[in-house]
Amino acid sequence: MTRVACHKFDVLVVGAGPAGMAAAACAGECGVRVGLVDDNFRLGGQIWRSESAGGPVPEAAGWLERLRAARVDPLCGVRVFDAPDPGVLLAETADDPCELQYDQLILATGARERFLPFPGWTLPNVMGAGGLQALVKNGLPIRGKRVVVAGTGPLLLAVASHLRKHGAELAMVCEQASWDRLARFGIALAGQPGKIVQALQLKKDLAGVRFATSSWPVAAEGKNVLESVSISRRGKSETLACDYLSCGFHLVPNTELACLLGCQIECDFVRVDDFQRTSIPEVFCAGEPTGIGGVGLALVEGQIAGLVSGRRVAKARDLFAQRKKLRNFAAALAGAFQLRAELRDLPSAETAICRCEDVPYSRLLRYPSWRAAKLQTRCGMGPCQGRICGPATQFLFDWTPDSVRPPIFPARMESLAALASSPEPEQQAVTGGH
Amino acid sequence: MSTAAYDVAIVGAGIVGAACAHECARRGMRVVLVDRDAIGAGATAAGMGHIVVMDDSEAQFALTRYSQRLWQELRPELPDDAEYEQCGTIWVAADDEEMAEVRRKHKYYGEREVATEVLDGEALHTLEPNLHSGMKGGLLVSEDGVLYPPCAARFCAERAQELGAKFRLGSSVQDIGQGQVVLSDGSEIRAEFVVNAAGASAPALTPGLEIKKRKGHLVITDRYPGFVRHQLVELGYLKSAHSVSSDSVAFNVQPRRTGQVLIGSSRQYGAEHREVDHGILVQMLQRAQEYMPGLGQMSTVRTWTGFRAATPDKLPLIGPSTVDRSVWLATGHEGLGITTSLGTARILADQMTGAQPEIPIEPYLPSRVGKEQVHA
Amino acid sequence: MPSLALTVNGVTVDVEPGTTVAVAAMLAGQPCRVSVGGASRGPLCGMGICFECRMTINGKAHGRSCQILCEPGMDVRTDD
Repeated sequence: MTRVACHKFDVLVVGAGPAGMAAAACAGECGVRVGLVDDNFRLGGQIWRSESAGGPVPEAAGWLERLRAARVDPLCGVRVFDAPDPGVLLAETADDPCELQYDQLILATGARERFLPFPGWTLPNVMGAGGLQALVKNGLPIRGKRVVVAGTGPLLLAVASHLRKHGAELAMVCEQASWDRLARFGIALAGQPGKIVQALQLKKDLAGVRFATSSWPVAAEGKNVLESVSISRRGKSETLACDYLSCGFHLVPNTELACLLGCQIECDFVRVDDFQRTSIPEVFCAGEPTGIGGVGLALVEGQIAGLVSGRRVAKARDLFAQRKKLRNFAAALAGAFQLRAELRDLPSAETAICRCEDVPYSRLLRYPSWRAAKLQTRCGMGPCQGRICGPATQFLFDWTPDSVRPPIFPARMESLAALASSPEPEQQAVTGGH
Repeated sequence: MSTAAYDVAIVGAGIVGAACAHECARRGMRVVLVDRDAIGAGATAAGMGHIVVMDDSEAQFALTRYSQRLWQELRPELPDDAEYEQCGTIWVAADDEEMAEVRRKHKYYGEREVATEVLDGEALHTLEPNLHSGMKGGLLVSEDGVLYPPCAARFCAERAQELGAKFRLGSSVQDIGQGQVVLSDGSEIRAEFVVNAAGASAPALTPGLEIKKRKGHLVITDRYPGFVRHQLVELGYLKSAHSVSSDSVAFNVQPRRTGQVLIGSSRQYGAEHREVDHGILVQMLQRAQEYMPGLGQMSTVRTWTGFRAATPDKLPLIGPSTVDRSVWLATGHEGLGITTSLGTARILADQMTGAQPEIPIEPYLPSRVGKEQVHA
Repeated sequence: MPSLALTVNGVTVDVEPGTTVAVAAMLAGQPCRVSVGGASRGPLCGMGICFECRMTINGKAHGRSCQILCEPGMDVRTDD
């Protein structure tokens, strides 16, 4: 029988990005026993991913210190795959299954990039915007390499800036949003001074880089690996030789665990009340799964959830005004980076839509629903469990995804087959990184 | 309100309904195939797609063997995505009692011209090295096979369509009877015969049908080509399928052409909700791990459930309903729907057209219910 | 900066500590895997959810290499 570690917490936070770290720190400071779990080998989530060879990003340092001081128990390399009963999550590490018991749960599961298919998007060295950035942070040399950054969203500029700082040659940054929309978004920034500073800094970082709006990739070309990208700009096509294409179309929320728990979902996001509570008792949600709003909003929502779970409701209320302002920013974000209709025409008949099962666009056209397509073509049945092709098909065909079943992340069979090792849960030693 | 005249209206576009549609269309009948969802989206999508001869009763053997032969004949025409593989079944014996059962089955099948081979522990290990080494042996049934049911069902339905059959998919059926199918939107379809091929939902359309839902769980892994080569079933499976009242699990794994391993099986009575039952899943997977320890480290990608349609005597209902002369039944196939779909379609169409069926059909007639059964 | 050595498809690669296996494969010029249709694939999402970076690491199949740090002596195979 497999050994199953069992951890019990008053408050369990799933996801150690900004929202999760803030929630865990605040809950911990209330004196309750807090656990913080994340699939990654380090804390920080995506946006605060540290360079592998270095220390944590400066923005995260303060929160890390607060976590340490509050004696929060971080468990890295832990993947939640099931929620069989209220108060219990099942997870696994690289080696063993584990059971996480909680009185209150804070979901801070973040977001992932939206990928839209176009011819050649499956070539090696075509990656997400955050995808390439993550690989660079994890040791990929980028100095002297030619990169095209494309897609949509504030992430593009952040990634372009980061890559440039590491010596990449930026051939072009292609934003599909129109200049009009971006301008309106810029005006929305006026209410967020911190963001203006950020924007100005980015402008400085990217001085001299070709930046095009109303522009998107139409094809990635190359024999076995990426060699060039053709982009559309003002009705004309331009081909750029490059080593990497860093391409992502904004973010979609990771709501799988929330769905599995039965939380109410509205317009693809987890519905929460003023106290970040979901429709399920004792389950909170903070950060991107409630609405894509960036780091600032994630931190505030995380703090509110953490404080409420620690019964410091008055202190949580103090943050409401700040949250309101940041939610305005989130709404502006959504408006600015809406996907344009032309992007639906990008795939050719042979373009793979489901990468796991290699299902081309032409095979999917005839099906009226995600489910019918899935059963007949296997689209969405691969290990990514529809995380990549789901948002793409939702945009291309207006398909709505299936209901969520465990495992919400591929897990070893022995983990699915595991029972808790004993009825009395024991507290395990802290094993996580920083 | 629209009405149309057909010879046969088939409610339920699973593998059974689709096979019936094809068979009836092949015989020149005007067919319409109706389903609330897509083709093959119910139990057909949930099942293992195992094409297997079974010897629970003479009648079960006759129907599975007849139907298996029909699949073999159809094989050259099946599209690639139906993924038909004649990988064979090995009934695995874990102890001496089960080895005795192996020898009994070997004799039984031998008498009925089904080629089987008794495997001792060593031979079994050579064929399936990932089985726990403590197994006593098994029975290899080399003519058994596997396929991917949703695509096989689609193929049958499309064949029917080529012969003039019409589809009404995405249409919920409210009522059937007196030569009509009444849809939830109020429209009616008129047909001389209405076939209830609605599987676990059949009793909702034909009240009084003695069909109960028997829930099953399945798990599929990522790709591990070569890990398992045959459909492997523990002999204890038969005890599980026999039981009429209790929940049970049994070791049952299948190699998919993709290299994924499909893991089953479980049976529950009285479970109505579609959600995965964690307790049953754990039991099923622990059982699987006992037989194939290597499964433990394999990445599992999906789990799902389905509802088999189970009758009290474990044989399907194929033929005219005793209550309404216009309603025919093609349902109650429990775990053998994929296997016996083609045979079911033949028997049904034979009865409708007055043709001579190729096997005795009395055991499957709806009119048998309530009469005394004579088992071989 | 001290480096560590691992093998990718039998070829030794030297990387800095903190490098992920996905990056090591890229440095070795190897695609991560071959798709169902036979095409070379490399990492896509960089965060462990797309499964394009799966490879066999120390005999264990389907490891998400972008989530796994290189260790000295690791045996990585993308060609099985």
